[in-house]
Amino acid sequence: MPKVVLTGNYTVALAAKMARVEVVAAYPITPQTSIVEKLAEYIDKGELDAIMIRVESEHSALAATFGAAVAGARAFTATSSHGLLYMHEWVHWVSRARIPVVMAIVTRTIGTPWNIWSSYEDFFGQRDTGWILGFAMDNQEVFDMTIQAFKISEDPRVYLPVLIGLDAFTLSHTTMPVDTPEQEELDKWLGPRRQGYVVDGSEPLALGNLAWPEDSEEFFMDLQRGMEEAKKVIREVDESYGKAFGRKYGGLVYRYHCEDAKYHVVAMGAWSGDLMEAVNVLREEGYPIGLIRMRFIRPFPDEEIYGILNGSKGVIVFDRAISFGSLGPLYLDVAANLTKYTRKLPYMRNIIAGVGGVNVTHKDFYELIKTTIDDLEKGVEPPVFTWYHRR
Amino acid sequence: MAEIVPIQYKVPIAKPKVGVAGKTGSWRWIKPIVDNNKCVKCFQCEIYCPDNTITVDPEKGATIDYQYCKGCGICAEVCPVKAITMVKEA
Amino acid sequence: MARPIPPLPRDMRNTVLPGHAACHGCPITIGLKVVGAAFGNKVILVIPACCTSVVVGAWPGNAFNGSIVHVAFASAAAVASGITEGLRKRGVKDVQVIAWAGDGGTADIGMASLSGAAERNNDFIYIMYDNEAYMNTGIQRSSATPPGAWTTTTPLGKLEPKKDVARIMIAHGVPYVATASVGYPHDFYAKLKKAARIRGFKFIYLHAPCPTGWRFDPAHTVKIAKLAVETGLVVLYEYYDGRIHLSGPSRPYLDKSKRRPIEEYLKLQGRFKKIRDKDVKAIEKYINDMWEWIKKHI
Repeated sequence: MPKVVLTGNYTVALAAKMARVEVVAAYPITPQTSIVEKLAEYIDKGELDAIMIRVESEHSALAATFGAAVAGARAFTATSSHGLLYMHEWVHWVSRARIPVVMAIVTRTIGTPWNIWSSYEDFFGQRDTGWILGFAMDNQEVFDMTIQAFKISEDPRVYLPVLIGLDAFTLSHTTMPVDTPEQEELDKWLGPRRQGYVVDGSEPLALGNLAWPEDSEEFFMDLQRGMEEAKKVIREVDESYGKAFGRKYGGLVYRYHCEDAKYHVVAMGAWSGDLMEAVNVLREEGYPIGLIRMRFIRPFPDEEIYGILNGSKGVIVFDRAISFGSLGPLYLDVAANLTKYTRKLPYMRNIIAGVGGVNVTHKDFYELIKTTIDDLEKGVEPPVFTWYHRR
Repeated sequence: MAEIVPIQYKVPIAKPKVGVAGKTGSWRWIKPIVDNNKCVKCFQCEIYCPDNTITVDPEKGATIDYQYCKGCGICAEVCPVKAITMVKEA
Repeated sequence: MARPIPPLPRDMRNTVLPGHAACHGCPITIGLKVVGAAFGNKVILVIPACCTSVVVGAWPGNAFNGSIVHVAFASAAAVASGITEGLRKRGVKDVQVIAWAGDGGTADIGMASLSGAAERNNDFIYIMYDNEAYMNTGIQRSSATPPGAWTTTTPLGKLEPKKDVARIMIAHGVPYVATASVGYPHDFYAKLKKAARIRGFKFIYLHAPCPTGWRFDPAHTVKIAKLAVETGLVVLYEYYDGRIHLSGPSRPYLDKSKRRPIEEYLKLQGRFKKIRDKDVKAIEKYINDMWEWIKKHI
């Protein structure tokens, strides 16, 4: 299979091309811009048989993507930070219409002030919208997840849009090796687009008429059911992709040394790589530590999280975003979902770091984890909430 | 090209239906009465009725569906030969 | 005995279904009937938040016998662009995509997406029906409200002049721009048919007098629509091939003396009850200026 060396953005573009998207409507924003540029190049060179709609804003980008998807085309868009916020109204509209669409988000800090570096608050802002939310750690996973996103969203048990996140600059503008499948093999695996209904004049259908409260709530309860089904579908797709192309990740979460771990760290995104380095060093020093890397946070993998963290001696959740006035959003999800299964929570610590794009290294992670475990072993509980900041 | 595999969940898709707001004839306080002897079958009332309740037959003249006629009075006003009069609803 | 005017095609009977939620005398459904006459149910209406979103009724019923995609307020033109390109990619050619939006969703919140679709020359028809205020939310002013008109947010009468969206579209250089009125359904029908035969972005302005918002007896909707044209206030024209083509109903009013006095139009509408003399003068000047511009571009 062809191996290439690409930036994260070009990887997204390549995945969209190989998935044979038919309509792309996207608006440039740092650090997503090269995705749109690459797709425009593919189309103009004839490598991708698609139509690009050069929309005048992000709000129109998702609107036009939705229009093409409703009309029966495999449609794709990408954005970041303020662009994502600008189209936020549309993010809700698409999922509540149960229309399959795939969108890539290059996570970037939200202003004021202007800031182009990576943190995850734009991604977490879509948490409640009904989109399936996935996050990649390296460019290989960016490729695999983007391809899988089409299969997941177009599965009749799901019929929900999927958003794939990747870190600004650390992934989007950094070249890494990416293994790609043969196009014919991929075509066979992915298949043509499926959707639950189409508005193309073949029969008179009205999408989105006013609905009374009871009917509306029933639509939304069915959306929640779709999310539940999506857990199964995501695991299946991961397995099936693994069988077809040789790479699988473990479904909704990626487990790193969790089998014999007494202490656990939970994180997602590119910095998980630095976290793994820290975990390696700590394990050599005898610390029984394991990492749960979240691949999908919606649907939330509550069973997996409980399965691994039940009985843990201590958990640190690293958040690259903050819900101002409360805790980190990933921590909130992990802690709350544990209460579905148990009244006894392990000691849990929320460390906020890297917000605004501050670089956090494996040395930082090593120190934070080591001091936490050392304290806990001594019978001292470190503060539950810490915002770790370093100049 | 999309393959339609019908969605098994409840979705906000609606189909064409007469009377979505109920029997809107109950909205009337005045009612149009057609004198088909005067009617010249010009179709103005049928064209302009906002509720599409008037059907003009080139032989017989205009018939109004009173289940849905809201009694706006446009038909009476556009009729060139004053074949329609608005009378108070009983 | 009046000579029978040929009726519009029978599809006019089947597309707007009786029992919908529009007010008495609503011009929107008259307009939709003409759309039905032109395209039958082979039409996809893209409808942003506006009166029409509610007129067609609540789920699971739809009072329009055709397809509708309801969309968020600012995006009718963007979604219509997306649907058009999606259908084009699939090779589906037998359905007409129409963005059907009010003055609010076009001239105000929708201006950016309208301009974007016009500049891209996306192949669909955009129809802005102008009831001259945000009627669906209860009669607040829009940029299309005429000066002097009462609305709930301009209780003393709107100050600013009326935004001329048709001329903005002409300035975008799109292949076809037309103005129409619910008072002249045959003229509107002809313009719809013509627009459907042209490739690229087409804009049709539809003047739609609203009894509820303009405060007049619902029986007068058509009379007021016609008076707007007869006073020279609303000019029915098409703009293509670089010039104005004046439509039949407006041709007599090139001659100023043929125009009826604007007071006849204003006095029928409660929203102009307190209109000041200087506003009436402003409207008269607007009419003169409009016709000067028309004459220069014929």
